[in-house]
Amino acid sequence: MSIALAFLAQTLRIAVPYLFAAAGGVLAERSGIISLTLEGFMLGGAFSAMLGSYYSGNPWVGVLAGIAGGLVLGLVHAVATIRYKADQVVSGIAINLLAVGLTRYFLKLVFDSSSNSPRVAGFSAGTSTTALVAGLLHNPLIPLGLVALPVVAWLMYRTPFGLRVRAVGEHPEAAATVGVSVARVRYIAVALSGALAALGGAYLSLDQHQFTDGMSAGRGFIALAAIIFGRWDPMRAALACLFFAAAETLQIQLQAMQAIPSQFVQMIPYVLTIVALVGVVGRAVPPAALGRE
Amino acid sequence: MRSLVAFVGVLLLVHIALLFVHPAPPVPAASGNGLDIGIVFDVGGRGDKSFNDGAYRGGERAEHELGARVHFIEPGEGSDREAGLRLLAAEHMKLVIGVGFIFTDDLTALANEYPNTEFAGVDYALKLDSAGNVVPPPPNLAALKFREEQGSFLVGALAALVGKSKKLGFVGGMDIPLIHKFEAGYRAGVNYVCPDCTVIAQYAGVTPEAFRNPGRGKELALSQYQSGVNVIFHASGSTGLGVFEAARQTGTLAIGVDADQYSEAPGHVLTSMVKGVDAVVFDQIKKVRDGTFHGGVQEYGLAENGVGYIYDAHNRALIPDSVHARVEAIRAGIIAGRIAVPSTR
Repeated sequence: MSIALAFLAQTLRIAVPYLFAAAGGVLAERSGIISLTLEGFMLGGAFSAMLGSYYSGNPWVGVLAGIAGGLVLGLVHAVATIRYKADQVVSGIAINLLAVGLTRYFLKLVFDSSSNSPRVAGFSAGTSTTALVAGLLHNPLIPLGLVALPVVAWLMYRTPFGLRVRAVGEHPEAAATVGVSVARVRYIAVALSGALAALGGAYLSLDQHQFTDGMSAGRGFIALAAIIFGRWDPMRAALACLFFAAAETLQIQLQAMQAIPSQFVQMIPYVLTIVALVGVVGRAVPPAALGRE
Repeated sequence: MRSLVAFVGVLLLVHIALLFVHPAPPVPAASGNGLDIGIVFDVGGRGDKSFNDGAYRGGERAEHELGARVHFIEPGEGSDREAGLRLLAAEHMKLVIGVGFIFTDDLTALANEYPNTEFAGVDYALKLDSAGNVVPPPPNLAALKFREEQGSFLVGALAALVGKSKKLGFVGGMDIPLIHKFEAGYRAGVNYVCPDCTVIAQYAGVTPEAFRNPGRGKELALSQYQSGVNVIFHASGSTGLGVFEAARQTGTLAIGVDADQYSEAPGHVLTSMVKGVDAVVFDQIKKVRDGTFHGGVQEYGLAENGVGYIYDAHNRALIPDSVHARVEAIRAGIIAGRIAVPSTR
């Protein structure tokens, strides 16, 4: 029983950054803008959250600063791709490189270090073995992360704004004909995606109580894979995030048992992904207008 | 960014300058007969609190004590590394040092291209040919290696003596032979003082990202601490900062690597397995000055102070005197050759 609970708690802790980033990515992609940028948004969010917490001593200010950082990066991407119609893939890669460069530059400028920031106020999930799951609530970003995708699902399918997001992602010309401002809807969707993915980054740096160079470590791309895996549907994407996190947890636990050669264990998340993609998910059809213009 | 612009500018100037060089007369040495040394940092560069800072200290010391003129280059991502080495080689440095195993291929190529310049690679990774034999580095290239397994052996013994548990932990960064050396030495050290102890060894991944993933490091460490481990040795770059965070949260101990990492989690860092990058860089510059520099593989172990462990005012309270005496006896045994330390798993 306690092993199962430990497994569950670890899976949820690992899943939180994926869930935030996927929530942002689903919004942007459904509005027709490719979300290669999630990695950069996360890294930028992680850094600005650390900075906010460092200067204020309050992790909640860090959360707000992280959101602000993500909004700024999201707006840069939005201006490039919507206002100036830059290629979305190129702009996405540029944003990711920009985030790496900017965080490294400011890390050096502010803290004179190329590796990590000093310790800042943050959130720590409880790790006592008796209250594993309740301990998760000690870090408020964990429950927030768990509801991020359901909230996006509600936004997308139950509100007028969500209808517009889906409309401009499928058929922008038709949406424009009935008076929807395609550009405005996309601006909002991409800015929100920056803020949400940045929360995933904020979780990383506040849980760690510091920023380290490159700490997003590819999580943004895993979130993007989870979106495609979940066929651009928020709830399915949430399941995909949990699935990836569970595979990682399984890998960690099996590696510790040392019964199986480590090379096989390291393969587990990738093999499971391929099996699931081929066997369970079926054909993934992206929003019709994704990446156009 | 400014340094990058300056760097590109310098490259352009060098390029234009080379256009005016006529092949007939030999190019005069750029800076006369001074002791000009070039050091190219790894990505990240100064402020990493580890390798690059160690190399910088070694270079600085050589400036003060040997009168060397040390030129540092801090590249950005990717191919700039090779350009940095080439720039220094073209400027007729007496010695060009690349810091980090990532320089291995670039150094080998440039050493062949500039046979009259001396090169040195810190943590140079030896290549094996198809028959499994070691490919020797070029004669003007010193392949500087550390006997990490010896230092790891000592911290392994220390961990087992202090840990109060039959389970010891190890967190590696990328799953590669360089890091297996740490694991092998650590395991052997643990079992030397505690034959029935087991070591749980885990790696953060199979790509270079595995050295920069503190979130993953923390989860690996938490699962080890929850399974009854009390001490974890990490050899995983900034991934290890997550191991320290886990130690802090669970009130347990961790062992740092490369440099003294006590300040990352005071009270939870039992010791650190340190590599004397500064001493090695200084030693090579001194050899160039004395005319005793030679290429080939050079290994720095406990005897040469190339590796060691931290025992000072910060962590003395964590290590009983009897344990310290025992570990010192083991150190003497390794230096004298009485204790054999394996370097592979």
